[in-house]
Amino acid sequence: MFNPENLIRKGPPKGYFKDVLVRGLLGGITYLMVLIAVLLFAKIIVDGAPAIFTSKFPFVDVEFLTAKNETLHVFDDAKGTRHQLPASKYSEYLNAHPGQEIYNEQTFSYSGGGIAGPIVGTALLTCGSIILALFFGVCAAIYLAEYAKQSPFIHAVQLAILNLAGIPSIVFGLFGFSVFVLAAPVITASPIDRSLLVLPLLIEGWALSFQGWNSSLMAGCATLACMILPVVITASEESLRAVPQGFRDASLAMGGTRWQTIRKCVLPFSLPGILTSSLLAITRVAGETAPIMFTAAVAAKDDFPWEGLTNPFGILSSQVQALPYHIYTLAARIPSSEYTQRAQFGSVLVFLILVAVLSFGSMILRAKMRKKLKW
Amino acid sequence: MNATTNSMQESPEKPAASTSQARSKSAVQIQNLSFSYGSTETLKNITLHLDRNAVTAFIGPSGCGKSTLLRCINRMNDEIIGTRITAGKIIVEDIDIHDPSVDVVKLRRDVGMVFQKSNPFPRSIFENVAFGLRMRGIRNKAVIEQSVEESLRAAALWDEVKDRLNESALGLSGGQQQRLCIARTIAVKPLVVLMDEPCSALDPIATAKVEELIWSLKKDYTFVVVTHNMHQASRVSEKTAFFYMGEMIEFGETTKMFTNPAVKRTEDYISGRFG
Repeated sequence: MFNPENLIRKGPPKGYFKDVLVRGLLGGITYLMVLIAVLLFAKIIVDGAPAIFTSKFPFVDVEFLTAKNETLHVFDDAKGTRHQLPASKYSEYLNAHPGQEIYNEQTFSYSGGGIAGPIVGTALLTCGSIILALFFGVCAAIYLAEYAKQSPFIHAVQLAILNLAGIPSIVFGLFGFSVFVLAAPVITASPIDRSLLVLPLLIEGWALSFQGWNSSLMAGCATLACMILPVVITASEESLRAVPQGFRDASLAMGGTRWQTIRKCVLPFSLPGILTSSLLAITRVAGETAPIMFTAAVAAKDDFPWEGLTNPFGILSSQVQALPYHIYTLAARIPSSEYTQRAQFGSVLVFLILVAVLSFGSMILRAKMRKKLKW
Repeated sequence: MNATTNSMQESPEKPAASTSQARSKSAVQIQNLSFSYGSTETLKNITLHLDRNAVTAFIGPSGCGKSTLLRCINRMNDEIIGTRITAGKIIVEDIDIHDPSVDVVKLRRDVGMVFQKSNPFPRSIFENVAFGLRMRGIRNKAVIEQSVEESLRAAALWDEVKDRLNESALGLSGGQQQRLCIARTIAVKPLVVLMDEPCSALDPIATAKVEELIWSLKKDYTFVVVTHNMHQASRVSEKTAFFYMGEMIEFGETTKMFTNPAVKRTEDYISGRFG
């Protein structure tokens, strides 16, 4: 039966308006998110750019990146000009103009000078924790992927590691505080009173004392490493498993031992994957405040971690400043004013740029390695 | 031949088998072997003697256990969880390979394997062949270079790759890759070379080259070739074993097997009536 009405319908089909509505809603929500992100970045860039970019060559405020953090002094001189000087320049000014009165003096903690201390601290924490996490993580991953036979127990271990990734970072912070700061073993000649356990060593006068590493770079790195270990282990295990079985078979069939096989035929080819995933972990380490709050970070520090050391390992037991903690301090501990904005938004922008560079670097690295290693 | 010693025989912990006696004619003796994967018995009471410096073909339909048996000979099945030998033994050059004193790593140095899917490492051609030597701790550059050249010549690959030894092995064609894998295997001078369907992914020309290669290397090595290709079995092997459902149905001279098989099922399979 020929019925033109059924062949090509006129007008909108049933459910058309609902479809348009749903599409609009979903699209709207998506672009709202994008808008929020754009606003966030715009605000930080607009407010932070004046702090780190200048109109003159080299277009970057080198001092902000390389100078130590100081208290900012704001005051009027006798002629009524407003001065903003960091503490060191302020005392220079006072010495240069003896006897001159200054008026309306205000001081802002942490707002003067630059943020070299936090940048250096974050770099040290990141490097240290990545090295630790890579070593322990890759070892565990090799065991899980290559040696352990699939059994309910191993499955439980893998699940536990996965769950570890979901623990809030503040919990890791408290864990690090109670273990690394207060209880980790040190070799010392003079154990302190609150040491949990003192084991005398064979060498006269020295003892292994479980008294903790105090708040130090070492404790911070260990805590951060614990935090990203699950990510590193899981990612490394996957990278190892992604290496074709044929490589292992070939090596084993040629009379390679298991370790030779892993070292020559599995690890080299899974290294790109392992490294990229850990680069992503770097951005997480660099950005965390909670784990280092109790274990490594200080709000103010007058010298760099390597200054005033008696031996090169002393850097491990020195406290550091860190960018995320510095941002927290600037935001939470000092009143916001036109004079503190430079430090506050400048730090945030520098931090964002650092994280962006790291993420971008990991993406490029992954693309390059993928291209090079195909099979 | 002296660059790599046949370690299994010269190892101090070798079992009581005597080297002073004349070696038995068979390079590999499989005696009443039964093998299980999980709860299924995949090989049932197989007895088979493989001649030295000869080519033996294993044929049979998919899943008949021929690859499993092949992998038993260098204990590659050890790598697979849930597999075990339930009865019988395998004797390679007068040594029971499941004897506790036999190190599986040393066994595999003497019993090499070429896989179905060519699996060169994503390294240079040179490094692929040198791999086994380096793993054995040979550092002498001249020895390695000479051995690589010998192996590549033996694998009839030298003329094709001599100008690009340092290029990636993955740039080779499928057939060249498989011959590279053979070169890599014979570089370490095994006694027995196991081949698991070495030509199943190759075109007829590449297949012919690999077959020629097997034929020319036969004087130095004992070959066991698993194949699905009846013509290949008839071209390349001296003896053939036919497997079906985990049992060895027939074993004998290839020419006799292909012209006048003793068992009806073998004839059906060879003539393509089933399988």
